[in-house]
Amino acid sequence: MAEVKLIASSLSLFCTRIEWALKLKGVEYEYLEEDLRNKSPLLLSYNPVHKKVPVLVHNGKPIAESLIVLEYIEETWKDSSLLPEDPYEKAMARFWAKFADEKCLFGAFDACRAEGDEKEKAIETAVESFAFLENQLERRKYFGGEQIGYLDLALGWIPHWLNVMEEVGCMKLADAQRFPLLHQWAEDFIGTPLIKECLPPRDKLVEYFTASINYLRSLAASQQ
Amino acid sequence: MEEVKVLGSWPSPYGYRVQWALELKGVEYEYIDEDLFNKSDMLLKYNPVHKKIPVLVRHGKSIAESAVILEYIEETWPQNPLLPKDPYERAMARFWINFVDNKDKAAPIVTFFIGVGEEHKKATEETKELLKILEEQALGEKKYFGGDEIGMVDLAMGWMAYFGVIEEIVDVKILDAESFPRLHAWIQNFRAHPVIKSNLPDHDKLLVSYTQKRQMFLGSTTT
Repeated sequence: MAEVKLIASSLSLFCTRIEWALKLKGVEYEYLEEDLRNKSPLLLSYNPVHKKVPVLVHNGKPIAESLIVLEYIEETWKDSSLLPEDPYEKAMARFWAKFADEKCLFGAFDACRAEGDEKEKAIETAVESFAFLENQLERRKYFGGEQIGYLDLALGWIPHWLNVMEEVGCMKLADAQRFPLLHQWAEDFIGTPLIKECLPPRDKLVEYFTASINYLRSLAASQQ
Repeated sequence: MEEVKVLGSWPSPYGYRVQWALELKGVEYEYIDEDLFNKSDMLLKYNPVHKKIPVLVRHGKSIAESAVILEYIEETWPQNPLLPKDPYERAMARFWINFVDNKDKAAPIVTFFIGVGEEHKKATEETKELLKILEEQALGEKKYFGGDEIGMVDLAMGWMAYFGVIEEIVDVKILDAESFPRLHAWIQNFRAHPVIKSNLPDHDKLLVSYTQKRQMFLGSTTT
């Protein structure tokens, strides 16, 4: 029986973060695919509070919330450190991961979903948030320095998922000209074999985001 | 010399979290109170991204976001630990802090404070559900969320220590000893702790401040 299980959905960027961390640390795990439209009793018992993926189950004990799972993985398997030693640098990594999830990711999704004037404003807000990330890269190859780290994994949705959101949402947020450092980082990150092998098929993501956006838009329209 | 500054804004529980953590660890700091309607250059310099409190400044470097600050404090001053040693227990502590900080999860509490009519009734029920989760799953049979001693989760739950003032203003009691015996006991224990006791907002001042805030919100939504 696998000591480490990951309850996940293959399209979920939050889940891929965890796979990357486990693989970087050479941790063997059993992957359990979850159908989010028909949640299993297993998921509901392991994450009764949020009922979401990913859930990491280690020796029968579940841990939920992707960034918290990353910290757990870091503290449990000491090889290939993901976080810096220095408390201030660690704090910066945590701060930017939180910022990116709250502002960049949801900003991008919002801009994807929005239409008309609302869309213009949402795009502007999202672009401003990406500018902060560009400024964080400075001369480093990765956000983690010379090696991929916690913040790279937390931002790892940018090279693949953001691209899909831009296509589905008919918009450009992380333009190569405007954000050259971010663009280079994205290429380096996604070019890493271990990272690339965990990516879900692009066409499935396009399908998923298109369906989500249409659903949300129809919901908004029916409430007017 | 340890030069630590904390930028807060009375009576924000997020600001108090940071102060409590430093006090519990015996770390000296300078507290600067911010007027959030007239933000200082210092705040804008030290938290240009969010322009919010709390902010901790040490050796000229600033850290924002209370949960991030608490972890920094824990790692920098390891005496009187606020997190357990075991990685799983630490993950659980972080989970509950994240839960209570989640804007969507905490939204009913805000509506309980400033909502009216049907919206308020719904928020009251949702707040009770939230408290039930905290009572049964986060606190359980323990004296504190952190176990026998106050921990990081207790600090994150500190808002409950003066939730009574909100109940007074809204004239609806939810967090009573009968409905939530364990949370109620926790509040008494938390408030009585020597460090917390001397760092709690004054009841009468809170009443005035929260009443004003509520009027402001109600006033802005009436036609």
